[in-house]
Amino acid sequence: MHKSRIVITGVGLTSPNGNTLEEYRKNLLAGVAGVQIIDMRYMGKVPAGVCNFDPKKYQTRKELRVGTRAGSIAVYSAHEAINNSGLDFENFDKSRIGVYVGTTEHGNVETENEVYNISKFDYDTRFWTHHHNPRTVANNPAGEITINMGITGPHYTIGAACAAGNAGLIQALQMLRLGEVDVALAGGVSESIQSFGIFAGFKSQGALGTHETDPNKTSRPFDKTRDGIVVSEGGAIYVLERLEDAQARGANIIAEIVGYRINSDAGDYVLPDPVRQAECMHAALKVAGMEPGDVDIVNTHATSTPMGDIQECQAIREVFSDCPTTYINNTKSYIGHCMGAAGALELAGNLPSFKDNIIHPTINVEDLDPECALPNLVINEPLKVDAVKVILNNSFGMLGINSALIVRKFED
Amino acid sequence: MTEDQVKQIVVDIIAEIAPDEDTSNIKPEINLRDQLDLDSMDFLDIVMELRKQHNIEVPEADYPELASLATCAAYLTPKFNA
Repeated sequence: MHKSRIVITGVGLTSPNGNTLEEYRKNLLAGVAGVQIIDMRYMGKVPAGVCNFDPKKYQTRKELRVGTRAGSIAVYSAHEAINNSGLDFENFDKSRIGVYVGTTEHGNVETENEVYNISKFDYDTRFWTHHHNPRTVANNPAGEITINMGITGPHYTIGAACAAGNAGLIQALQMLRLGEVDVALAGGVSESIQSFGIFAGFKSQGALGTHETDPNKTSRPFDKTRDGIVVSEGGAIYVLERLEDAQARGANIIAEIVGYRINSDAGDYVLPDPVRQAECMHAALKVAGMEPGDVDIVNTHATSTPMGDIQECQAIREVFSDCPTTYINNTKSYIGHCMGAAGALELAGNLPSFKDNIIHPTINVEDLDPECALPNLVINEPLKVDAVKVILNNSFGMLGINSALIVRKFED
Repeated sequence: MTEDQVKQIVVDIIAEIAPDEDTSNIKPEINLRDQLDLDSMDFLDIVMELRKQHNIEVPEADYPELASLATCAAYLTPKFNA
């Protein structure tokens, strides 16, 4: 089967430290994190990554009242991506656009809110909102994009735990290659900071990050004192097209997706498996027709948990053991763990490296854990290199789902 | 409670559930859906807010009574005064 080349022609995002790619990238190079303390129902004060985009930029007040935060993040990011792509959206056949949005989970926020709501009415279910079901169906964030933008092609979400951002992009690539759509809006979103259950669950696992004095130092992958995850919200949606279509309309091609792989540990519910992670990266490289040494940046999934970071480092050592020009970084140290958006957002933060040849560092490493001391780990200061042409983006999730996505600087 | 007061209560609820709509000049005799961008879910919201804010039940069979401000007032005023 002929496999079309699939390219990225637009990026829209909101992250806890930026509402455009330019702002986000600027902060990644300047070491500016975006974590703050929020007051969480039943939990008290917890660190979280909060986005401050203007939701009314693309939605009516009624849409905001009826819809979900995940939907709002998705709508904002999708509009920004279309604007960035230069696509003549108004005149484009909306039935040929597909929407593929990765989510770690969806519906927890809305269900928790309703249980809380009826608790004020002695748990009388007559007070349970009729908006609950459309808010909590799993396709909600993708569906809100189609309703808001008048897109009549396929839409759905891809539930893939914290590998979902990559999974959304992979799904879009496959649908474009199958000819199901001509343009894909794809990536991932998360509204997780509105769910006390997410925070409480991580706390019960012993995986909720803390820092005594500075919320922006809570997420500190690879640091010896790291103690867990910062839960964050966010979204990154990309415009993907077949190369020939993008070239035909004279699009600005940001990058080409050249390799990908999703595999499964088939082991533990939560603990990662470095053997399977390494297999995932190897398989993605094989799809790309590349050797490990061809990769310039490996953006790690590392979430700042004591065990997870070590295990990913083991996997990276196995794959990139003899690769002197492959550099390793991490983005969660700035923005926390954006869950379903994580893979897509973290990839976005690295795409500008194709232009500026600068690798953003991972921050908050004051005492590097020897078990995480990978060669070429870019720590605390940006690194300028001769050229960045290939990025491998790792994203892993619970139930043993691993994903690796490889993008290349576009060269015709 | 007067019918005018009940109308104002309904207008206040509509302003909450349809925040993009201009509720300053709703004509009482004209169906709400003919002058405002309201859908069936919005009418369920009106029913819910009457229940939450005023402990008033509107059975499903009576939903047509909420068609206009005038019919709302005629139907709801006895309930408010019950």
